[in-house]
Amino acid sequence: MSSETVEKIESVDLGRRRFLTATTAVVGAVGAAYVAVPFLGSWSPSKKAIAAGAPVEADISKLEVGQAIKVEWRGKSVIILRRDETMINTLKEIEPMLLDPASEALQQPAYAKNDYRSVNPDYLVLLSWCTHLGCSPTYTPEVTADWAGGFICPCHGSKFDMAGRVYNGMPAPSNMIVPPHQYLTDTQVLIGVDQGEKG
Amino acid sequence: MSDSANNNGGFMEWLDERYPATKVWKEHIAEYYAPKNFNFWYFFGGLAMLVLVNQIVTGIWLTMSYDPTADGAFASVEYIMRDVNWGWLLRYMHSTGASAFFVVIYLHMFRAMLYGSYRAPRELLWIFGMIIYVLLMAEAFMGYLLPWGQMSYWGAQVIINLFSTVPFIGEELGIWIRGDYVVSGATLTRFFALHVVAVPIAILLMVFLHLVALHKVGSNNPDGIEIKANKDENGIPKDGIPFHPYYTVKDIMGVAGFLILFSLVLFFAPEMGGFFLEPPNFLPADSLTTPEHIAPVWYFTPYYAILRAIPSIAGSAFPGVVAMFLAIIMLFLLPWLDKSPVKSIRYRGWIYKLMLTLFVISFVVLGYLGVQAPTDALTLLARVMTFIYFLFFFAMPWYTKLDKTKPVPERVTH
Repeated sequence: MSSETVEKIESVDLGRRRFLTATTAVVGAVGAAYVAVPFLGSWSPSKKAIAAGAPVEADISKLEVGQAIKVEWRGKSVIILRRDETMINTLKEIEPMLLDPASEALQQPAYAKNDYRSVNPDYLVLLSWCTHLGCSPTYTPEVTADWAGGFICPCHGSKFDMAGRVYNGMPAPSNMIVPPHQYLTDTQVLIGVDQGEKG
Repeated sequence: MSDSANNNGGFMEWLDERYPATKVWKEHIAEYYAPKNFNFWYFFGGLAMLVLVNQIVTGIWLTMSYDPTADGAFASVEYIMRDVNWGWLLRYMHSTGASAFFVVIYLHMFRAMLYGSYRAPRELLWIFGMIIYVLLMAEAFMGYLLPWGQMSYWGAQVIINLFSTVPFIGEELGIWIRGDYVVSGATLTRFFALHVVAVPIAILLMVFLHLVALHKVGSNNPDGIEIKANKDENGIPKDGIPFHPYYTVKDIMGVAGFLILFSLVLFFAPEMGGFFLEPPNFLPADSLTTPEHIAPVWYFTPYYAILRAIPSIAGSAFPGVVAMFLAIIMLFLLPWLDKSPVKSIRYRGWIYKLMLTLFVISFVVLGYLGVQAPTDALTLLARVMTFIYFLFFFAMPWYTKLDKTKPVPERVTH
């Protein structure tokens, strides 16, 4: 090795080289992070899926007392139940057995935070969506010695009362959700839009 | 390279100058020395590769007739089963293969626990294997959505909602994974892409790394002795025999035995009484009706039982989800939890034998509980078994140290 080459190697500014390598790597990493945006963003609901999640109207004029109908909203079913006198009365009786009888958790809009969890005590509008892992609880109105009527989740056995309030000690951690809804007329419910808001 | 066979100017010499064919063959097959005392438990690594090939080949053929859309998926699976020539066989080979994969992998993992194969210097080998196991669970889960039956749909619903229990970001995370407010066609197509392209590539890469790590450190054996510590004058382990022909031939026998059992299931009980293909999956997916009873396929049920056993705390189902994932993470940590001076169960004391027995019992019982509808008594049993499952891991640093071990021989025994 000639002395000239040795000098050249010694004259390499290693600090500068390391700085340039590090900054290039950092800029490259930032670039890679930006490239990830379209890939990750592409997984969010498409315009079509969002449009399919638009509010739906339900006609409740033909609902008999004690009868429940299911309406599809955002692919989930919404139960509209017309409660009878006994069902409404039991709501108060079973309160000691419930986890959140006063509906303190934000599982319903403010206008449904009452003893009936509904705008109109006669009608319950409830997302048929178990708060445990999203199965659809079965409407089980038949009253027996140890069952006051309500909803039972087929997946993990969570039990809810006639207002969708969860019993104590269930896998489900909270009451069933009352979706945003408003009464357009006495017999027309719009699901997906809060009371007082424009549909 | 002075190999006389390759010095005749023939094709192999031409090839070896351009690609290390002979070198790789020797290093990894013909002159790869494996311990001579392998037993029954050493069939399952090779069998796992066989099943992987089965899944890839039958999977490719299935995509030729499958329609990954919400409207067409269920019908296309029925089309494969009824109208496509040999479609029923390819589909059953794939679905039975999925269960066989987990049978083989669970036995393969149990072998490592019997003989301490995860211990130093094989920690990375074990970690790579565990990553393959997790990828395999993701692969199986996404594959189960594709027939778009009721159990496909609601199983996916429940599992994706596990992510929705994550505090603060859960709701958004669930929507992002599904690409919709519920499991829908958008979820199906992305799962299809991941199931047939992304995850298989990752699995193949990890299997390659698993083998590279294995051939670097060499196989463990039923005595848990390092055969490389005793080499002859040529540097060949005294207790080692060439992988080929000895273990290639032995593995062929294992393959024959496996294929007999596999064919029995494939031809006589492909649904395995509802355990391999569950009855509700013969109904098309319906987002408005949940089946009477939801249970995952058998290979997930131990973790599912742990999920259900943990009650909700402070209005959140998240603790159960954490416990479920922790149950898998604990397996990753095995190399560092085990403080025993010996590797193999042959030289361990009664405490480890008892703990491993209890662990196997808890895993099997949890697996059984995972397919049962929850009752108070069964939930209590699940909690006890969950406790035992975690006790095996959390107490391991202590009981493996306390355990009275037997002296390990210098050379392998038979």
